[in-house]
Amino acid sequence: MTEDDLDRNRRHFLTVATLVTGAAGVGAVAIPFLSSLNPSARAQALGAPVEVPLGSIQPGEMIRVLWRGRLVFVLRRDEKMLASLPDVVDELRDPDSDVVEQQPDYAANETRSVKPEYLVVEGSCTHLGCAPLEDFDVRPAEGWGGGFFCPCHGSKFDLAGRVFKGVPAPTNLRVPPHRFVRDDLILIGQDTGAA
Amino acid sequence: MARIEAEVGKPQGGLMKWIDDRFPFTKTMEYHVTKYYASKNFNWWYIFGVLAFVVLAIQLLTGIFLTMNYKPSAADAFASVEYIMRDVEWGWLIRYMHSTGASFFFIVVYLHMFRAMLYGSYKKPRELIWLIGMLIFLVLMAEAFAGYLLPWGQMSYWGAQVIISLFGAIPWVGDALVEIIRGDYSISDITLNRFFALHVILLPLALIGLVFVHIVALHEVGSNNPDGIEIKKHKDETGKPIDGVAFHPYHTSKDLVGIIVFLMIFSSVVFFAPDMGGYFLEHANFEPANLTATPEHIAPVWYFTPFYAILRAVPDKLWGFILFGLSVLLPIFLPWLDRSRVKSIRYRGWIYKSALTVFTITFVTLGWLGTMPAEGLYVLMARIFSVIYFAFFLLMPYYTAIDKTKPVPDRVVYHG
Amino acid sequence: MDKFTRKTGLTVLLTLFWASHSLASSGGGAHLETADIDPDNIASLQRGARNFMNYCSGCHSAQYVRYNTIGKYLELSEEQLIDNLMFNAEKTFETIQTAMPAADAARWYGTTPPDMSLMARAKGADYVYNFLKGFYVSEESPTGVDNLMLEGTSMPHVLWELQGYQQAHFEHNENEDGSVTTTFEGFEQMTAGAMDAEAYDDFVRDTVNFLAYIAEPIRSDRRKLGVWVLMYLIFFFILASMLKKQIWKDVK
Repeated sequence: MTEDDLDRNRRHFLTVATLVTGAAGVGAVAIPFLSSLNPSARAQALGAPVEVPLGSIQPGEMIRVLWRGRLVFVLRRDEKMLASLPDVVDELRDPDSDVVEQQPDYAANETRSVKPEYLVVEGSCTHLGCAPLEDFDVRPAEGWGGGFFCPCHGSKFDLAGRVFKGVPAPTNLRVPPHRFVRDDLILIGQDTGAA
Repeated sequence: MARIEAEVGKPQGGLMKWIDDRFPFTKTMEYHVTKYYASKNFNWWYIFGVLAFVVLAIQLLTGIFLTMNYKPSAADAFASVEYIMRDVEWGWLIRYMHSTGASFFFIVVYLHMFRAMLYGSYKKPRELIWLIGMLIFLVLMAEAFAGYLLPWGQMSYWGAQVIISLFGAIPWVGDALVEIIRGDYSISDITLNRFFALHVILLPLALIGLVFVHIVALHEVGSNNPDGIEIKKHKDETGKPIDGVAFHPYHTSKDLVGIIVFLMIFSSVVFFAPDMGGYFLEHANFEPANLTATPEHIAPVWYFTPFYAILRAVPDKLWGFILFGLSVLLPIFLPWLDRSRVKSIRYRGWIYKSALTVFTITFVTLGWLGTMPAEGLYVLMARIFSVIYFAFFLLMPYYTAIDKTKPVPDRVVYHG
Repeated sequence: MDKFTRKTGLTVLLTLFWASHSLASSGGGAHLETADIDPDNIASLQRGARNFMNYCSGCHSAQYVRYNTIGKYLELSEEQLIDNLMFNAEKTFETIQTAMPAADAARWYGTTPPDMSLMARAKGADYVYNFLKGFYVSEESPTGVDNLMLEGTSMPHVLWELQGYQQAHFEHNENEDGSVTTTFEGFEQMTAGAMDAEAYDDFVRDTVNFLAYIAEPIRSDRRKLGVWVLMYLIFFFILASMLKKQIWKDVK
């Protein structure tokens, strides 16, 4: 090899080495900036699990709470409501909770809950996110056994938050992570079986 | 640009040709980068221009991310800065880079301007570059001033109070002007919000535009060099200046080294001394603004202190303001105050060399005096050095004319 | 570097040196004992946290500091954190608030006790150290004490049980123009506290150490990261220098 060739090779090697080192540096610098976009400690604090005492909820009554800025319904189902759940199975799009993203595994059952009495679902219609209204009146003439009705585009959900066929919403109402701290106190935002 | 058109037009691959048919990409790259020739004998005084560009980029990037989390209200501003420092992932690093960058911006810009004074870079045909540069300097001062109010600390508030009241010294319009700047009867939440708009949008846009124009003006006439010789006077058969080398890859590779050294110094401050002993992050600013209690020593941030010292040296409010303004504006006239036929200090006589040395000492000393309380010996010193500061400029037409210069060589001095 | 640049550089450096020396010696104010804190001493910080929560947090909040941040850095388990340091907070992500309502505090003390999150950074660790050691008996004061660092402070001597009470001796000299210069001469122990002087100094040092830590919790991490950043830049510098020399080789 001539001296020129050696020079050229050396120059090429050094150029590549420098560029690679520089690129690594740029990549490393990008990390703090991109990470800063994550939820901050304050967001995590504000998004912490929410305690909901159940003692004052009457059978058949529902309360609304906020968790991470989202609406959550806590419905205490009475005997009649629970008994009516199997009746509507044929009218439902996903009666067995096959779409796993919509509920934790401990709520993938007939009542979509940890304890049959208490339904905990996010009050966000799975179509485009409006807040569904409660409609627990039983109207046999209309074939309505009670559940939720979304005013935006008419989606309907049953008393376990399961979506009916023939409405715009594609999936059941989401069940957020939650667990029973005591019989009369639930913690929304933490899974059953978690520490 | 006829010559360049002839050289461009090499058939490029598909995508490049498609772009070049519709946009002067290759043309621009060649004119400004690969076929822009600058002298081969640049020394390290020539690094500060590109460093200023790097600091501008750092400030813009970190500024954007700070704006994502900062709240420009009197009630929330201070707390939002602590939120960034403690709760936002890596927020502390982004904040320190921004505060360190602000100080380094001025270090770099002052040294960049000093280079121009060393080598006569403001002299014909580069007067316009200098004027645009001075405008950048003024906008930068406004940007820094507006930015400093944002943390809403004790020094933010009271420093702004002092400087804004200065404008009240202007006869007739002073008081109205102060109220218009503040947007309120005293510095308040309203002032903070509008300074935020200035700092985040108006002034950065102005800076970016001016820097662009600054570089365009530079490339029109070509860079100066430590010998003050016009390299375009001697070209080879192909039209390239024989004392010049292409910006890329020669100056890009050299500038990279300079930038890395800069980053080492910058990182040392960011990671090991972000406060810089209270000069970069002032102690009083770790207390939220208290409208009822003025801190013991109010001083502007270090980079304003030379001009602040001159302001305080004058015992009259109006004349202090006028001379303060003049001290900032006088350098604008350097291209016309400097009567020397020679550009570079290498070929000037002892008079200019002494004058520049004295000026440098004066500027630094005035800066230090600006941080001291206006008492005792400091007052006398500030007055003496203020006179020297003005003398440097006002007597320049005289002493540069009589200064005995050395013969300027034909070709640049380069030792490889 | 040409001769002129060298001379200029030297002159500037010397000027700065002379200026900074003058800066140091013309500090003004009382002579401050150095706090001599050790930010890496976790045990000291744990003690300081305990001291702060027990003696200070009754009146002073540290509103930007979260319990879980302290717990993690001080190597405490969640239980230890909750049991020993959390008195009026339930969740570890909460910030250190004081139980004393601000409006009441302003009425009782004339001013709301300031938040402590940044005190060590605003005033310096040495100031806080001297402040906590600087209470002395004063008959004119409603709290019975005054403080050498902050004349007329409305803060009572909360640590009196530990330090005891001391008297301050001043020398008053009349100047030519009739004004009086007061110089602090020293303290004299009047009543003993539960701790001797050295033990009390250590107590205050731990507390100041903790205050310095909460003023900037990220300090230790940033310095560690800085070492890596500089090492990378040195490596990058070497490569870039070699590349530059290679490219400039043919320039005559």
